[in-house]
Amino acid sequence: MKVTADRRRCMAAGHCAISAPTVFDHGEDGLVVVLDADPGEDAREAVETAEDLCPSRAIAVETAGTERVPAR
Amino acid sequence: MTTPIPTEDKRLFAYPQDRSCPWQPSSGYRELGERGPLHRVRLWDGKSIWMVTGHAQARRLLADPRMSADRSRDDFPAVLPRLDAPIFKPIAIIGFDPPVHDIHRRMLAPDFSLKQVRALRGSVEELTGKLVDDMLRKGPPAELIEDYALPIPSMVISELLGVPYDDHAFFEAKTVGLLQAKSAQDAEAAGRALWDYLDELITAKEREPGGEGVLSRLVGRVDEDGDLTREDLLRIALALLLGGHDTTSQMIALGVVTLLEHPHQLAALRADPGVLPAAVDELLRMVSVTDVSGVRVATEDIEIDGYVIRAGEGVLVSSSMTNRDPEVFPDPYRFDVHRAGGRNAASGRHHLTFGFGIHQCLGQNLARMELEVAFAVLFDRIPDLRLAVPLDGLPTRSGGTMQGVHTLPVEW
Ligand code: HEM
Ligand code: SF4
Repeated sequence: MKVTADRRRCMAAGHCAISAPTVFDHGEDGLVVVLDADPGEDAREAVETAEDLCPSRAIAVETAGTERVPAR
Repeated sequence: MTTPIPTEDKRLFAYPQDRSCPWQPSSGYRELGERGPLHRVRLWDGKSIWMVTGHAQARRLLADPRMSADRSRDDFPAVLPRLDAPIFKPIAIIGFDPPVHDIHRRMLAPDFSLKQVRALRGSVEELTGKLVDDMLRKGPPAELIEDYALPIPSMVISELLGVPYDDHAFFEAKTVGLLQAKSAQDAEAAGRALWDYLDELITAKEREPGGEGVLSRLVGRVDEDGDLTREDLLRIALALLLGGHDTTSQMIALGVVTLLEHPHQLAALRADPGVLPAAVDELLRMVSVTDVSGVRVATEDIEIDGYVIRAGEGVLVSSSMTNRDPEVFPDPYRFDVHRAGGRNAASGRHHLTFGFGIHQCLGQNLARMELEVAFAVLFDRIPDLRLAVPLDGLPTRSGGTMQGVHTLPVEW
């Protein structure tokens, strides 16, 4: 699954790093940093919780099936 | 009999209504919530606005850029008389739309980030332990607001901002004066006293730059032609001082009352300290201490689930009721520290007690940490704590504003 976070939208609420600490963290400025942009399926529930809780709609999850992830 | 209110409006639900129980909304709100997600309600000044009780609709509206938080707009509703006071318009950050909102919020983000909050935890545990030592030394009964619930957030925000805690009696009294005022004049007087106090404090920091705390750091960034004027800084100082202690202290107080009145839930929390974070969010959901998640005005016509909010109409999101939307919280009136069950650690954060959208509470992680420490230390050190007066004898605050109790006598 492909995960992106838009730092221009982030308001540093911190839900993402609580929900999915292996995928999201925060920089010195308090704003979101993506640690793992392509986490395994076992992180799905955590990442979707982060996406759902993010108050400023900064997190996007590209789900396999709805969007074909290009081969690297 | 001759009121200026049109006949049609008299039939509207009158906002606000007092709680009959410290942690549950009035039965009037409950009936309203059962009727649907959006309602027209009548305010003190005869004007009517929308009140949102549906969780999904509230999230959509609070995240909608067509909803303005700009309190200086003529069409922004004053949902209580005190909010008509000039000091509230414009209140920093919370009362601004982008781009100014985002600029100021980002200036503060590093000071309120998760990392910063985690670094503060040890010192909060220490000060909380000392407060309990003092209570135990004096012996029962104790007044929990003055002895515990208020000093914790008050000391933390003073330290963080660089406001001398020695002045706490003054700024706490003026904050309550501002937030609980019955009239715009009283609110303005209390607000001006705080404003003048902070003005002097910032002048002192300007003379001696390089001090500790957020305000000293921001003094160095003031630029009259840039993103932070001196007046902006004063407004920010006021918002942080106000926002930082009354909310959290009343949340500690009402949280303690709620736990004491649900002994099985308190026992479950004691048995497994791992549920503490989830229990804090469940308490935040139940108590909905601010009663309101946010007030906005529509800048364009907005269609939502068959309702049309017209440009210029006010919208109030009820946290007490959106937090009891059965679509999201099954059996919503039940207090259950295990509500989040085995799901993700953060899933208890769906309540709207801290609002939603770009204005979602800046201090929420700080508040959560203070609450975790406050409940853990208190019930660990004083396991047989109990109310010293009957529940219905607690002097409670009125509806529509910061909920709470004026005093909280306890014994052990
Ligand atoms: C239990 C404690 C607290 C509760 C229930 C609470 C509640 C809220 C709510 C509902 C909002 C959103 C208002 C809106 O959208 O119009 C908010 C915003 C805000 N809160 Fe808190 N708050 C708490 C503690 C704190 C603390 C400790 C601080 C620290 C200084 C703080 C500072 C702020 C600020 C600056 C905003 C404005 C954020 C923005 O507009 O971007 N709050 N709070
Ligand atoms: S949840 Fe959203 S707003 Fe909060 S830190 Fe993460 S990306 Fe930023």
